[in-house]
Amino acid sequence: MTYIQLSYGDLILPAFLVVMNGALSIALHLRLEKQLAIATARMFIQLVLVGYVLTFLFAAVSPFWTALAAVVMVLFASREIVARQKRRLMGVWTYGLGAACTLMAAGTVTIFSLLTQLHPDPWYHPRYALPLLGMILGNTMTGIGLGLDVLTNGLVRERAAVEAHLALGATRYQALLPVIRDALRSGFMPTINGMAAIGLVSLPGMMTGQILAGVEPADAVKYQLLIMFLIAGGTGLGTLAAVIGGGYRLTDHRHRLRLDRISSELGT
Amino acid sequence: MPYAASYAHPQSNRGLVVLTIEGLRRLHVSASFDVHSGECIALQGASGVGKSLLLRAIADLDVNEGILKLDGVLRESMPAPLWRKKVTYVAAEPGWWAETVQEHFPAWSEAIPLIEKLGLPVACGSWDIRRLSTGEKQRLGLVRALVLDSRVLLLDEPTSALDANSTKIVESMIADRASMGAGIIWSTHDKAQAQRVGSRLFIMSGGRIEELPP
Repeated sequence: MTYIQLSYGDLILPAFLVVMNGALSIALHLRLEKQLAIATARMFIQLVLVGYVLTFLFAAVSPFWTALAAVVMVLFASREIVARQKRRLMGVWTYGLGAACTLMAAGTVTIFSLLTQLHPDPWYHPRYALPLLGMILGNTMTGIGLGLDVLTNGLVRERAAVEAHLALGATRYQALLPVIRDALRSGFMPTINGMAAIGLVSLPGMMTGQILAGVEPADAVKYQLLIMFLIAGGTGLGTLAAVIGGGYRLTDHRHRLRLDRISSELGT
Repeated sequence: MPYAASYAHPQSNRGLVVLTIEGLRRLHVSASFDVHSGECIALQGASGVGKSLLLRAIADLDVNEGILKLDGVLRESMPAPLWRKKVTYVAAEPGWWAETVQEHFPAWSEAIPLIEKLGLPVACGSWDIRRLSTGEKQRLGLVRALVLDSRVLLLDEPTSALDANSTKIVESMIADRASMGAGIIWSTHDKAQAQRVGSRLFIMSGGRIEELPP
């Protein structure tokens, strides 16, 4: 398996494409140049750092360091989930629900694939565990973020409908069901759309990376299919848990709607 | 006003206590009173004084404190959905969770006689909720609650969007429910309506209620 190695010097010329975007922003008064510069700098630093971190982790093959890296990834994912919410759950649930559901869903699916499909030695080998977790985490995070956003906004918007149902003797699960369905649909849609478009509209990054690194396309496709199945499972599991958990938190044991447990809108 | 005569009043003729409210508190609202079988308590008060808060708290739709009993049974000893089927709150602007009218009724056939009585066509079952007028929504919202055969009805401005004729029919229907033994609390801004429908008159101010002399 051979691949064309790149030096940092090889990246200078392509980097001018980003500079070109900055120049366009200035010329067209888009006011994006500052954001673009910060995003580019962040991307560069984060990727270089993660390269060194992964090199260390792959050399160490330690369950402790692998688990620590996984926890840090989950924490960043939960931070992203919260950042995407227009309205947030209050208290420890702000970060807690997203983090718990992400960890449960992405962790379960990653461990499942390591133990049943890939069989690395040891089973937690960071070369397999962390990239897998990262890809599943990214999609699970998007599903959970969208699902919770639609749930909280839907409950605020449909408060009269939900309470009318409750007032007539519906349980909290019956009353919340229409909003929960909308939230689950929103959480699942990006994954379904991604699966439908893959190969026709876009070649996925992992598969492209493997092909560039010299893997046969047919083998790269198998890996990509595995990843897509895992992503679908992780997103479904995580979104379901987060939306049901959110619905549970936003009602109480007397089947009352508890919108007082949502913080006010962002930006206010 | 022939329909008003069917309420069980004056006070001396009240039925058994159906709903007991002791030390109910919700935000600035506090109340203690009994609702008897067959009576209609007309609740008046300025906008924002807390009439809806009181009715919602009795239905246990908001967090509240106090001892509430239905036919002597503590509220907390029965599941909240069962409590609300027996002590049913009807909002002034009822909410809708499905697309058609019929989907909001557990048994549409049971609703048909009431629907017809309120001057709506039976075919309205297939109507899209979005095409309903405010008055149609209010009448259907009331029917939706009446089919439950609740022990207590908590009516929050139930005729605020209705014309005089529909109002008269609603008052008559509620009077029938009271004559069958239900207890009614009817919140209204209309003093004349309060006099017509109420076997007892309560006025609310500053979050507290006071019973007016008959």
